[in-house]
Amino acid sequence: MIQLDQISKAYGSVTALDGLSLRVPAGSLYGLLGPNGAGKTTALRILCTLLAPDRGAVRVAGIDALQQPRQVRERLGYVAQEVAIDKILTGREMLRLQGALYHLATPHLRQRIQYLIELLGMGGWIDRRCGTYSGGMRRRLDLASGLLHQPSVLVLDEPTVGLDIESRAVIWQVLRQLRDAGTTVLLSSHYLEEIDALADRLAILDGGRVIAEGSPSELKRALGGDRVTLRVREFSDEMESALVQQVLQGCPGVRQVVVNRAQGHSLNLVVDGEAVIETLRQQLNQAQLPVFSLSQSRPSLDDVYLQATGRTLMDAELEVVGVRDPKAERKQAMR
Amino acid sequence: MTSASPLTLHAAPPDQAPAERSAFADLSQETLALTRRLFLQLARRPSTLVAGVLQPLIWLVLFGALFAKAPEGLLPDGMSYGRFLGAGVIVFTAFSAALNAGLPVMFDREFGFLNRLLVAPLRSRSSIVLASVLYITSLSLIQSLAIMVTAALLGYGWPGAAGLLLVLVTLLLLVFAVTALSLGLAFALPGHIELIAVIFVANLPLLFASTALAPISFMPTWLGWLAALNPLTFAIEPIRAAYAGSFSLQAVVLEAPYGDLTGLTCLGLLAALALVLFLLIRPLLDRKLS
Repeated sequence: MIQLDQISKAYGSVTALDGLSLRVPAGSLYGLLGPNGAGKTTALRILCTLLAPDRGAVRVAGIDALQQPRQVRERLGYVAQEVAIDKILTGREMLRLQGALYHLATPHLRQRIQYLIELLGMGGWIDRRCGTYSGGMRRRLDLASGLLHQPSVLVLDEPTVGLDIESRAVIWQVLRQLRDAGTTVLLSSHYLEEIDALADRLAILDGGRVIAEGSPSELKRALGGDRVTLRVREFSDEMESALVQQVLQGCPGVRQVVVNRAQGHSLNLVVDGEAVIETLRQQLNQAQLPVFSLSQSRPSLDDVYLQATGRTLMDAELEVVGVRDPKAERKQAMR
Repeated sequence: MTSASPLTLHAAPPDQAPAERSAFADLSQETLALTRRLFLQLARRPSTLVAGVLQPLIWLVLFGALFAKAPEGLLPDGMSYGRFLGAGVIVFTAFSAALNAGLPVMFDREFGFLNRLLVAPLRSRSSIVLASVLYITSLSLIQSLAIMVTAALLGYGWPGAAGLLLVLVTLLLLVFAVTALSLGLAFALPGHIELIAVIFVANLPLLFASTALAPISFMPTWLGWLAALNPLTFAIEPIRAAYAGSFSLQAVVLEAPYGDLTGLTCLGLLAALALVLFLLIRPLLDRKLS
């Protein structure tokens, strides 16, 4: 349904996208995962015909978005990251304006607005001015604007960043319903849990290209192994954890042991399967080491991300915090 | 066909794309909706409208009083200063209003609202420009009419039916030209601070270097030349003539240093200016809205 081929885009000397290719099957809920600055927003802006790529091809429902942008816009709903809303208008007036821009006939539009008000629980405040809305209300209104013309493709750029739990739950539920009703949904996020919970398939973006692609379970299975977090004491010192690391490293079935300094020198292990846990306990017992806590889990998307990029998503986020230039980014978004 | 119902999450089938709707119907729908938005903003935040009428009104009262005792015979045909000033203030009102045409567009650029318009399948993006022109034209005409009525109440006269038509046509041409200029600036400048600065700097000097406050015969030669080349003068003089009751388009309304101009010539110059400015900003708009 959505097809991006070898897209490259640079802002001056900064490369945002570097040969990005993406295929989103029709009727799927597809996640775009990556840290800030990975190129998610740029990719979505190109897909939505707001930005022309330096190189590459974009097709939506078989239509070339660079040649026939208007046909693509008719089929596409876009919920942007920075909600641009006219604070002076009421939510209902915003929706009416949006409907006119998509050339909907008045009676149809009125019914459609009423339906979306109920679907997204906007009845209590839709006739208030947008300037008084909370972040969650704005995002719901924006989702409604994106759905007004019943697009076959819905694109959302980080739709739940900073939202209250209720608004997030409403949006998740609607996205699932949309997918079930046959709409292709593409959303970007830097929340692992969100993509894990929602997406049928996902692509991990880093440095402007796709570095891993598949369904969440596929990706996790491909990674293999179970994760074990072990503490011999609530807070160990460096020496003790180094000792434990030595003891466990040679253990059969243990692939990797890492000391997590940030978490009281706890130990993060990758093991072959549940059976290894018993061996671990025996080994610790023999070395006369206590066990304060031991928890085991399947690999998460964070582990997938770590494997693909060599760092955790959190670390990647922190790396770009000081480097980003909000002023320059606003300029990129401005016509 | 259940999937076409508005009461469903289903995507509209692709063949439902509005193929049979005419381009004109689409264009007028989107233009009207965008214009409506600007008027809703005005109705809920009327300070622009009020200030746009108040400022020229203060000019009219204060300047009228300041020069009320101007020696007789200073102005042509023994006209009182208040009557003389009226035409200048009317034109200044329309000019100031039109000069602000770019501001809403600039704010839409800065706050990303324009992007919302650009992802929509607009039939033509000229509807965005058209809405601004419609809005600012009506706004400046409303403000000018308010000033005309006030001036009449102050005893500065009224142009009569045919004169009124001439006044409106003249203002319309000036407003088109200035709106084009302001919209061009709104896309060329980086932000609203810069746009407001340009408006601020352009506003008063253009007023002083025109025949709004004094006739050319009153000015030093260099200023007389400036005033005779100033588009505001081309709007002021036909309106002044209409107020004086001589609205023949063939009559000389301005004795410029380079020759006499008739009312018709003034209107022609204004129309040409508007046309040239629109042609000049077109490539810029095409690029920014592509």
